[in-house]
Amino acid sequence: MVEVKNLTKRYGNMTVVDNISFSVKSGEILGFLGPNGAGKSTTMNMITGYISSSSGTVTVNGAEILDNPKKVKSNIGYLPEIPPLYIDMTVKKYLEFMFDLKKVRLPKKEHIDEVMRLVKITDVSQRIIKHLSKGYRQRVGFAQALLGNPPVLILDEPTVGLDPQQIIEIRSLIKSLGKKHTVIFSSHVLSEISATCDRIIVISNGKIVADERTENLSSSISGEQKLKLDVEGASGTILSALKVIPGVLKIRKQRDISEKVGRYIIEYQNGVDIRRNVFKAIASCDGVILDMQSGNETLEDSFLKLVSEDQTKDYAGGVR
Amino acid sequence: MGAILKRELGSYFNSAIAYIVMAVFFGFSGYFFVGTCFLSNTSSLSYTFSNIFVIIVFLTPIIAMKTFSEEKRQRTDQALFTSPASLLEIVLGKFLGAFILYAICCLIFFVFGLVIQMFTPADWAVIICTTIGILLVGGALIAIDIFISALTESQVIAAVIGMAAGLLTYMMSTIISMVGDVEWLSSALSAISFTGYYQNFTYGILDLTGIVFFLSVIALFLFFTIRVFERKRWS
Repeated sequence: MVEVKNLTKRYGNMTVVDNISFSVKSGEILGFLGPNGAGKSTTMNMITGYISSSSGTVTVNGAEILDNPKKVKSNIGYLPEIPPLYIDMTVKKYLEFMFDLKKVRLPKKEHIDEVMRLVKITDVSQRIIKHLSKGYRQRVGFAQALLGNPPVLILDEPTVGLDPQQIIEIRSLIKSLGKKHTVIFSSHVLSEISATCDRIIVISNGKIVADERTENLSSSISGEQKLKLDVEGASGTILSALKVIPGVLKIRKQRDISEKVGRYIIEYQNGVDIRRNVFKAIASCDGVILDMQSGNETLEDSFLKLVSEDQTKDYAGGVR
Repeated sequence: MGAILKRELGSYFNSAIAYIVMAVFFGFSGYFFVGTCFLSNTSSLSYTFSNIFVIIVFLTPIIAMKTFSEEKRQRTDQALFTSPASLLEIVLGKFLGAFILYAICCLIFFVFGLVIQMFTPADWAVIICTTIGILLVGGALIAIDIFISALTESQVIAAVIGMAAGLLTYMMSTIISMVGDVEWLSSALSAISFTGYYQNFTYGILDLTGIVFFLSVIALFLFFTIRVFERKRWS
């Protein structure tokens, strides 16, 4: 549906987006994740044709943005970071204008009413946008992107500045839209992306540092899983008892918590559950487990790791 | 283009802008009309029309200053440039919106003609030709102002530079007489002198050179405006 190939954007000597390639299938919700200034908005602006790329191609529904901008643009609904609202118009008038601007060929009144119902702005349809709250403005921006039922939706940080209730609403809206549309949406908030998206692309310093299905992102980066144990008993016997459990890769004693209790970190293979065997092994050598925690890296950790790894690489290379 | 034109007209007429511009235009042109025709007891509108140029120089930048600078400041240009509408449609829609408001202002000259008609037969050739001339001058100035507006996010800067450009065209005849000795320069400046071309219209002459000149200025600056956006996207 959307195919991005070797997309690059340079401003003078600065490379903002560096040779990015990915594709999004029909009906997929893709999360675009990265710290502020990573190049998310620039990439989105290139896909939607607001700015041109320095090199590389964007193909939407078989049409290339430079060869056939009209077709690409009419296939995309775009909600930029700051919703493009004419604040002196009423909601309805604004949507009517956007409907005409996008040259939508659907029954005008019914379609606008339907979109307003979908994003729940029917009750403010006669109000001037200037007087609306941030949450409502965001929804009007959303409505604008949905006009004409474009097969591809591109949403740049759609939940920034909203209250938790509104964030949940927008998220579930995106999820429901994902059934009919291809959605690319960006955020620097991880929990949001992981709650909504099928697939996550992590972008840092203009480069893609990870492109994974959401459920795989955490484990694929760490490669192994961790278990944290607080055990009472002699550390020598405990360590040797744990070592023989199948699947265990590495054990180390992190520190002594008290005279008899120590904290151990076990690294074990992905896909193996060693907790039962750990319990039995420790019981058999008269140890007592006081605390057991799955020390799996959270998405947040993975993300920070990816982004900081990328930055260290850059500093080491000395090229920027 | 229709959508943009409709929105532009809406933004002028649903706010105070259109009415204030019209009031000022009618007020000052009325003042010149009374001052030159009634007080000096003449049916010739030529003097009125010579003075009108000053009003246009100040009002056209006010009409056109927001066309693109406001879009940029509110970030609504993102909606325009990511829509299937072409740059030509967008720029033309903006131009026509501003021009129609300006053209409505110019209707007052026919009222002046009717007032004169009540006392003595009016010289309709002069009135119609001059109105066409004024429409062309205003159109050219609006095109220049739209181009300036496309370069800045600030409406004030757009208006001030627009007025400066307008004043420059107004003072062109004085400048030409100042550089009279340098022949190539004075003839070059005469060739682009708005007032020079406009003057012929106020005599009741439908001057083809003038029409072509002003239409070319309009086309040129609208083209420049399109180039500004193309260049920005490609930089």
